[in-house]
Amino acid sequence: MSLRIVVCVKYVPDATGDRHFADDLTVDRDDVDGLLSELDEYAVEQALQIAEEADDAEVTVLTVGPEDAKDALRKALSMGADKAVHVEDDDLHGTDVMGTSLVLAKAIEKTGYDVVIAGMASTDGTMGVLPAILAERLGVPQVTLLSEVSIEDGVVKGRRDGDTASEQLEASLPAVVSVTDQSGEARYPSFKGIMAAKKKPVESLDLSDLDIEADEVGLEGSWTAVDSATERPARTAGTIVKDEGEGGKQLAEFLASQKFI
Amino acid sequence: MAEILVYVDHVDGAVRKPTLELLTLARRIGEPVAVALGNGAADTAAVLAEHGAVKVLTADAPEFAEYLVVPKVDALQAAYEAVSPAAVLVPSSAEGKEIAARLAVRIGSGIITDAVDLEAGDEGPVATQSAFAASFTTKSRVSKGTPVITVKPNSAPVEAAPAAGAVETLAVSFSEKAQGTKIVARTPRESTGRPELTEAAIVVSGGRGVNGAENFAIIEALADSLGAAVGASRAAVDAGWYPHSNQVGQTGKSVSPQLYIASGISGAIQHRAGMQTSKTIVAINKDAEAPIFELVDYGVVGDLFDVVPQLTEEVKSRKG
Ligand SMILES: Cc1cc2nc3c(=O)[nH]c(=O)nc-3n(C[C@H](O)[C@H](O)[C@H](O)COP(=O)(O)OP(=O)(O)OC[C@H]3O[C@@H](n4cnc5c(N)ncnc54)[C@H](O)[C@@H]3O)c2cc1C
Ligand SMILES: Cc1cc2nc3c(=O)[nH]c(=O)nc-3n(C[C@H](O)[C@H](O)[C@H](O)COP(=O)(O)OP(=O)(O)OC[C@H]3O[C@@H](n4cnc5c(N)ncnc54)[C@H](O)[C@@H]3O)c2cc1C
Repeated sequence: MSLRIVVCVKYVPDATGDRHFADDLTVDRDDVDGLLSELDEYAVEQALQIAEEADDAEVTVLTVGPEDAKDALRKALSMGADKAVHVEDDDLHGTDVMGTSLVLAKAIEKTGYDVVIAGMASTDGTMGVLPAILAERLGVPQVTLLSEVSIEDGVVKGRRDGDTASEQLEASLPAVVSVTDQSGEARYPSFKGIMAAKKKPVESLDLSDLDIEADEVGLEGSWTAVDSATERPARTAGTIVKDEGEGGKQLAEFLASQKFI
Repeated sequence: MAEILVYVDHVDGAVRKPTLELLTLARRIGEPVAVALGNGAADTAAVLAEHGAVKVLTADAPEFAEYLVVPKVDALQAAYEAVSPAAVLVPSSAEGKEIAARLAVRIGSGIITDAVDLEAGDEGPVATQSAFAASFTTKSRVSKGTPVITVKPNSAPVEAAPAAGAVETLAVSFSEKAQGTKIVARTPRESTGRPELTEAAIVVSGGRGVNGAENFAIIEALADSLGAAVGASRAAVDAGWYPHSNQVGQTGKSVSPQLYIASGISGAIQHRAGMQTSKTIVAINKDAEAPIFELVDYGVVGDLFDVVPQLTEEVKSRKG
């Protein structure tokens, strides 16, 4: 029996670029290159490993995002995913996590799945809640923030390293999984993978395909509102000294002047 | 006055500091009603009352320890229905955020995560968030439903404000999905005796420049002289020199102490994301061009193996 794996991947502005907000206080996507959120590469990697272990499995990558978000799907396809689904609609601009999760949940149901795999957090919104929300919306177990994951005989097992303890988790499929950057290095696309990706199918869906009304998503339909965004003032230039043998003592002097010692 | 539900993060009855900070914030927008779940829940009441909880709703059941997240969501929802609060505040731990998010879906509300401040506004509580590795500060609101907001540690002072703190047992009926994810084993993290990283007033971190697990002893010695927590960069963690639970940054802990000391850390954007909001930043790095120096209040260009031990000695002698 085939194992259907859906991987949620987000297209985000490059964190090493000069990220900022547009006039409507949404993410400015024009000035900074976008890419597949690095933390979602770990989700793609674990999906591919699980698929390799299974007798028969299919990996679908799914994104909700603008036209350019196809680049993120191509990257995942070139790593080895089988096919892609892109939800794209002008009315999605400015959607918050409640709207995004609604769209993802409907697209996942439409695609069909046994397991959904997501990253631990996006590198732009960094909320780290979308997988839990998906589990709630889909009505299936959440097996989230795993640093180790495996699937066997319809059961997903994993290790979750929390604040106060490390836990071993277990749930029956269908389930929603999220993995951390401790789960294992993500593979680089091979040249063959990049060529093969060009021929893999990318299905495009819009809101009407998912029976979602425009006012359930987008800036207007958001459940949260951003009133202002201000750039943090650059820190005023600090004192920098070169250690000529007294660097530790000079630093202690500074700490004392600030009442830390 | 409107009631504000505050989710209590505690370990066997010992309330963690971020919850006490939440009580300070909750009092700015209403009267805090605390919800404490699991083993030792009722033991939290005294300290919660001292910090302003007018009521403490408690529940304990094996489900809280045996299954992941959902039983706690069921309980928080029961509290929500019993109280009809004006807002729900939850500490921004990984689990706290998941609990808050699932509750928000159930009650049809928007959610804001990782607030660093909170104040009353004309249209409900206004949250301050810090975005894009703390290079922007935003003000936002929940515009639909009852605001559900998670708040980062060190976002408010802990203030004593004695209140009734009457303990009431919360009746919880677990949903069908509560047993979906079983916790089959749990290994508690060993305590180092040092302050909790996210709660510490001073954090001393080491990076790739520390060059070996054994050398972390000099970072620890400095931390101990200052009563600080120890942090590490991902490079140091990936090399196996220090545990992942001490990683500071985007995929580690985010810290906002009074003083952050970075040794042998270059200051990559992902590291900055977790420490940029520290009040005072100090760095020791042998490369004068390291990006970390753009952030510092005080920087020493030098070899950490010379500077750090000298600093530790000086701190010890000054403290007597
Ligand atoms: C700086 C900033 C702050 C924000 N704060 C809030 C807020 O407080 N409340 C709010 O409601 N919204 C907020 N948003 C909007 C929110 O980020 C998006 O709606 C987003 O898609 C979901 O949250 P996230 O990106 O933080 O995802 P996370 O919860 O961090 O993502 C976890 C995983 O979910 C999957 N995923 C997330 N988004 C997508 C997608 N579009 N397509 C496919 N998979 C996806 C990925 O696998 C990802 O690794 C914020 C956005 C920004 C840029
Ligand atoms: C998706 C993603 C998430 C990430 N999350 C995190 C995260 O949470 N936290 C994190 O830290 N990183 C994270 N990173 C990694 C980050 O990009 C950097 O690689 C990392 O922070 C580098 O660690 P470092 O500064 O210790 O090492 P390096 O960048 O190698 O810097 C070492 C520094 O030590 C100095 N040095 C060397 N020897 C000495 C000496 N004897 N005395 C003084 N100075 C010396 C060098 O001059 C150099 O500046 C993430 C990366 C990605 C892609």
